[in-house]
Amino acid sequence: MPAHDVLIIGAGLAGQRAALAAARTGATVAIMSKVHPVRSHSNAAAGGINAALNPDDSWESHAFDTVKGSDYLGDQDAIEIMCREAPNEVLWLEHAGVTFHRNAEGKLGTRAFGGASAARTYYIADITGQALLHVLYEQLMKHHEQIDRYEEWFITSLLQDDAGNCTGAIARNIRDGALEVFSAKSTILASGGAGQCFKPTTNALICTGDGIAQAFRIGAPLMDMEMIQYHPTTLQGNGILITEGARGEGAHLYNALGERFMEKYAPNKMELASRDVVSRAEQTEINEGRGFPDGTVALDITKVPRKRTLEALREIVNIGRDFAGVDITREPIHIRPGCHYIMGGVKSDVHGATPIPGLYAAGEVACVSVHGGNRLGANSLLDTLIFGRRAGEHAGERARHVAMPTPDRGAVNDETRAIDEIMSRSGGRRVSAIRDELGTMMNDKVAVFRDEAGLQEAHRVVRRLKEEAKTATIDDQGSVFNQDVLSALELGYMLDVAECIVVGALERKESRGAQFRTDYPKRDDEQWLKHIDLSRNGDDVPTVSYSPVTITKWEPQERVY
Amino acid sequence: MPEYTLRIRRYSPESGEAAHWQDYDVELDGHRSVLDGILQARDRQDGSIGIRCSCRAAICGSCGVRINGKPNLACHTHLDKAHQTAVDGVITVEPMGNMPVLKDLIVDMDAVHWKKIQRVTPWLLPEGEAPEREYIVPPESMIDVTQTMACIQCGACVSDCLSMEVDPLFIGPAALAKAYRFVGDPRDGQHAERLRNLAEDEHGIYDCTHCFNCIEACPKGVAPMSQIMRLRRIAGADHGIDDRNNGHRHEMAFVNNIERNGLLHEADLLPDSYGGKFHPRAMPELLSSLPVILKAVARGKVTPAGALLHKHKASKEVKRIFRDVHDREERYELNLYVVGEEEDE
Repeated sequence: MPAHDVLIIGAGLAGQRAALAAARTGATVAIMSKVHPVRSHSNAAAGGINAALNPDDSWESHAFDTVKGSDYLGDQDAIEIMCREAPNEVLWLEHAGVTFHRNAEGKLGTRAFGGASAARTYYIADITGQALLHVLYEQLMKHHEQIDRYEEWFITSLLQDDAGNCTGAIARNIRDGALEVFSAKSTILASGGAGQCFKPTTNALICTGDGIAQAFRIGAPLMDMEMIQYHPTTLQGNGILITEGARGEGAHLYNALGERFMEKYAPNKMELASRDVVSRAEQTEINEGRGFPDGTVALDITKVPRKRTLEALREIVNIGRDFAGVDITREPIHIRPGCHYIMGGVKSDVHGATPIPGLYAAGEVACVSVHGGNRLGANSLLDTLIFGRRAGEHAGERARHVAMPTPDRGAVNDETRAIDEIMSRSGGRRVSAIRDELGTMMNDKVAVFRDEAGLQEAHRVVRRLKEEAKTATIDDQGSVFNQDVLSALELGYMLDVAECIVVGALERKESRGAQFRTDYPKRDDEQWLKHIDLSRNGDDVPTVSYSPVTITKWEPQERVY
Repeated sequence: MPEYTLRIRRYSPESGEAAHWQDYDVELDGHRSVLDGILQARDRQDGSIGIRCSCRAAICGSCGVRINGKPNLACHTHLDKAHQTAVDGVITVEPMGNMPVLKDLIVDMDAVHWKKIQRVTPWLLPEGEAPEREYIVPPESMIDVTQTMACIQCGACVSDCLSMEVDPLFIGPAALAKAYRFVGDPRDGQHAERLRNLAEDEHGIYDCTHCFNCIEACPKGVAPMSQIMRLRRIAGADHGIDDRNNGHRHEMAFVNNIERNGLLHEADLLPDSYGGKFHPRAMPELLSSLPVILKAVARGKVTPAGALLHKHKASKEVKRIFRDVHDREERYELNLYVVGEEEDE
């Protein structure tokens, strides 16, 4: 049975960065993912990574933009750390081999991005996440002696000893169906977000909230779960993302009347206001009848010189051609707001530690909270790397002081029975049908604009789907690459996460960041300048509690762009 | 809503049955992808269909398959387009080639693709201490390697590599494109060592036969074969590394021959490919070619006078073309990310 000082679950940027950092402390490391690491969803981050690296920029300015972007719900101690450490992290990446764009002098060059008061986004064309992910994987291959890779293993549950410490996880080898206990002194969740709770979404099919639900199930509190970011520029129908880099390079938004409507909503920053602001503006235009008949507005990238588009936005040229049949260098493309990112997640501190001893979380699965009510573009890559590294370092240090847990063999038997039970079901709804109903409903009721009645309805539907999921059926009875049985487990994770999103949104009776309640349209700092924490309460509705927002130097102000 | 028939290659290693085809009818708009079709079949008809997939947007590289016999990403191929190239209107989907099948459309990437990637020492090897800040490098060099960084490791090029089919040990298009990512990166300090290593390996850069399959297969415009050719050019021209197949000298013999004669003067080509008539390497080659030469003389295809004395001289136009190419400051490279000034409308 495998045993490691540090077990990392998820192999996107947060997980890979954590693995490299933990290995540097001398710890033995395992990194595990249900997909090959380079298939991780970090790939999709197109536009870039923020850092105040220019001498005429400052980390304070970056931090203030992030605080303001978060609508003052972000914890400022964590934001300070992230922004202060950002420049060195970007240099570390550059030294590791990332092929960042250079300016004419051969130094790192930047592009503008939403919600930022300076151009501080470092990038590789519009494949930044992919380039980072592949370079970190180069480093994982280089350090193969210190880091064991378990590629295509699926976590079924986290393990906990009688004292409440997390002691590792049980995982199923997707290739042959074998279940195995992975013992670890420290376990780091880096398994990403939960966009598949919504349909459509920009998120990959693998983003099913596994880690959020696994932590929740062993008692870790979740925080800011109501904060779901809708990205302003996604394709109608399939939800595919058009990078914010397009607007960063100078693209404009128009409604069907040809009006550059952002003039009304954000006269200073225009298209480069925070994402929640732009998405709300678009949705307002669409709802008030000034959108196109397919429920979209237009993104005009022809404003960007063609040579620059072909060099720096090559990927969305391809996406426009392949997924919308549009040559974006010659004509506008129709877009609309789409589910993109979950600001909330497993409550963790600035070292990635969760309230469960031995359990860490980093990246989208976690909520530190650096994004608060709304994440700035190009801060997600930064979050994964800074807190992935910090979690890896802390988890590696912790491993020096604790003993290797003894594996709980009984847990494997329980898990085997649970999987056999799923395979033996008959007569229930198909897993895929429940998943579709969940996603469509969430995108309808828990989207850019929300209200009490819609959220109550959403909660009723989620509770019903949870019941139906208990008898949901699958077809595949095999052991080798049985993706069908995994989809049943993922559905369970998604339903737990969806319920927390809805309960959080019902609880927060104000409008802040990504949460806009038409029945409570104002931000209410007196009542709601606080985090909503949700904890598991058996199979019942999660228990709500609150925690304070950490404010260091930026008192809440009115937010205008 | 239009209907499409997908004919999917099924294989379950546990069933004891041989691989077989199975048809699924799906209802989707023509601009939706073959992956959307497979997922609809899986959701509504048969949850046991195995395919790796994740992003649906051609960035994660999971869903490499063969559609109507050609490799591509399932998410990157429209149903209506696939329908057009389908025989009898049935879209066939089968696993990629050159890799063992694990189940249905899932192949063993580790056993082939990732082993080959590891073969090329796939990490940056900078020389000396890292600078305090970033490495200062020409901006064009980073744009240049972006083409190979755009590789998503989907395996489509490996699937249909003809050289790999006859020599499974060939390092192959994806891994060699990865190698260019380091050879083209000015921060790497081991260019010569990397190139020598890849040139001396009999399964290395000179094992490619120029068939263009990988360029056609790649969904991301990485053009692996072009990267292999660039590795060869840099190895030969910048590092004086010998081509183990003599291809580089043969190419240069062609070029020099035309520059001199305007028209190809074939009698010079063979000796020139081995360093010229009087090069020690040329003699055994010429001797071994003697039967062919004698046969050609006997049939009047060449005459000794024609072979040794000829009066072709390159015209002014030919000389101008050569001057143009020689005078270029940089090697002419085909790279999607390196674009000229505003393209013609």
